[in-house]
Amino acid sequence: MLEIRWHSRAGQGAVTGAKGLADVISTTGKEVQAFAFYGSAKRGAAMTAYNRVDDKVIMNHEKYMEPDYVFVIDPALVYTTDVTINGKENTKYIITTHMTTEELVASQPRLEGKEVHTVDCIKIAQETIGRAIPNTPMLGAFMKISGMYDIEFFKENMQRILAKLPQKIVDANMIAIQRAYDEVI
Amino acid sequence: MAFDKMELRDIEVWDGNFAAAQALRQCQIDVVSAYPITPSTPIVEGYAKFLADGYIEGEFVMVESEHAAMSGCIGAAAAGGRVATATSSQGFALMVETLYQASGMRLPIVLNVVNRALAAPLNVNGDHSDMYLGRDSGWIQFDAYSPQEAYDLNFIAFRVAEDHDVRLPAMVHQDGFMTSHTAQGVKTLDDDTAYGFVGDFKPMNDMLDFEHPVTHGVQTEEDWHFEHKARQHNDLMTKVLPKIQAAFDSFEELTGRKYNMVEKYDMDDAVVAVVCMGTSVETAREVATEMRAKGIKAGVIGLRVVRPFPFFEIQEVLKDVKAIAILDRSSPNGAAGMLFNELAGAMVNEEKRPLMSGYVYGLGGRDLTKKHLVDLYTELQANVDAGKVTTPLQQFIGVRGPKLQFL
Repeated sequence: MLEIRWHSRAGQGAVTGAKGLADVISTTGKEVQAFAFYGSAKRGAAMTAYNRVDDKVIMNHEKYMEPDYVFVIDPALVYTTDVTINGKENTKYIITTHMTTEELVASQPRLEGKEVHTVDCIKIAQETIGRAIPNTPMLGAFMKISGMYDIEFFKENMQRILAKLPQKIVDANMIAIQRAYDEVI
Repeated sequence: MAFDKMELRDIEVWDGNFAAAQALRQCQIDVVSAYPITPSTPIVEGYAKFLADGYIEGEFVMVESEHAAMSGCIGAAAAGGRVATATSSQGFALMVETLYQASGMRLPIVLNVVNRALAAPLNVNGDHSDMYLGRDSGWIQFDAYSPQEAYDLNFIAFRVAEDHDVRLPAMVHQDGFMTSHTAQGVKTLDDDTAYGFVGDFKPMNDMLDFEHPVTHGVQTEEDWHFEHKARQHNDLMTKVLPKIQAAFDSFEELTGRKYNMVEKYDMDDAVVAVVCMGTSVETAREVATEMRAKGIKAGVIGLRVVRPFPFFEIQEVLKDVKAIAILDRSSPNGAAGMLFNELAGAMVNEEKRPLMSGYVYGLGGRDLTKKHLVDLYTELQANVDAGKVTTPLQQFIGVRGPKLQFL
């Protein structure tokens, strides 16, 4: 079982990102689950979304999770929420920030000793898609860190999932995914 | 036909809401009369989009309240159409008056109920308060534990409800957010196969049949009211479960997916078992397997059909188990839980019956963790070892503050 927790603000696309990732993984024959806690949260409120991936049907519906990966797609959430909660010793963190990994860890001691990767999904999204929607770049970074799938395979599938958007936006998302894949450290 | 077919992949990643909306599209609902409410909104929104995009030949009626939504459904069903809608929580509560009208008038409407807590305090998350509120309304109630089941049970609900020997409305329940907003793989049916399973709507005593005028919704006083109510209850007690079984059998033939009135997991040799509904059933199954690895013979019983209550199936499955925990996800507010009472009622005259303890859990979406379930099974095994229930009859799980237990 692979488990992922997303930290996001409502409106940044964590739910769409989690569902999109589940959709891509499902095409390879694996079982998936994607869900979120949002309740009646307002746009901009801190929220979490979740992915579970397994070879057999996922029956666990508990919300409690000790994640293998934590994605933080809003830079400020590292300071306003505990992104390391219920973390394991080998949990990997992929965090959106304009800082270097060293600067980030120095600014948030909770991350000390953890496997932290950084990428500026906000900047990438702004420069490619034109809006600060950091969900798809985060998935590009995840493909790099996890080595889950070949990036071309992943992008091909994401094109299908994003197909209802205008072609221009889909193309921009592909560039964003590739950039995050290349830029994540 | 005047609508487009939709190409689906064999497995789609859908949440429970979208799965239900797709089922409504494939059943080609004539009329959806709806007043959307969280977390069920995407079901009727989905229907409306499919309709606007030309995938359905039907009508979406926008109304001013849930009371009006169900009233619109009643009118359309009496007129002779295939009718559905969706609601949750406060919306369901506002519908209650018309729910009794729909079932009393024997109108085969399908209502998707995305289970949510009832205010106050206001809460949009999932518990079974609304499901319990509908339990005496004369409707058939199916319970889904996953998006796949929310999809499948819609087809089964139409097939049973519209049967001329049944003619009763049916609810398909799913857990708010835990199913409705959780995306999982759903094995799909193609449009023709899905529609073929429910078949063309066959009207009965429809008001638009001007050659055979009928009256719906009449007044009966002391002279006839009891006979009507008794007949409805009689049909629920005697006719509906065999029709549900037949629909489950046909569905299994078509898809390979098997449904049962009472879903048994590892019950053949179970010594202890958890009885519950909704997503909790699946989580409990996972924990039961883990308990067996620790030497506790654990099983899970899930209620698939809440109404009519599968009394004899429950008696059958409970006769050999030693101790059970009965989980109610709704505050009984001054009594034992509904599920506890139903099971206790089913077993009261049986010679062999398990030790029974009741638990109230998960109100307002409070998480039921695997750890809670591990503790529960451990407690049940302790009851078995002691030969009696070692705790008060009713306990609360997962609530903060001093431990709450009663009776």
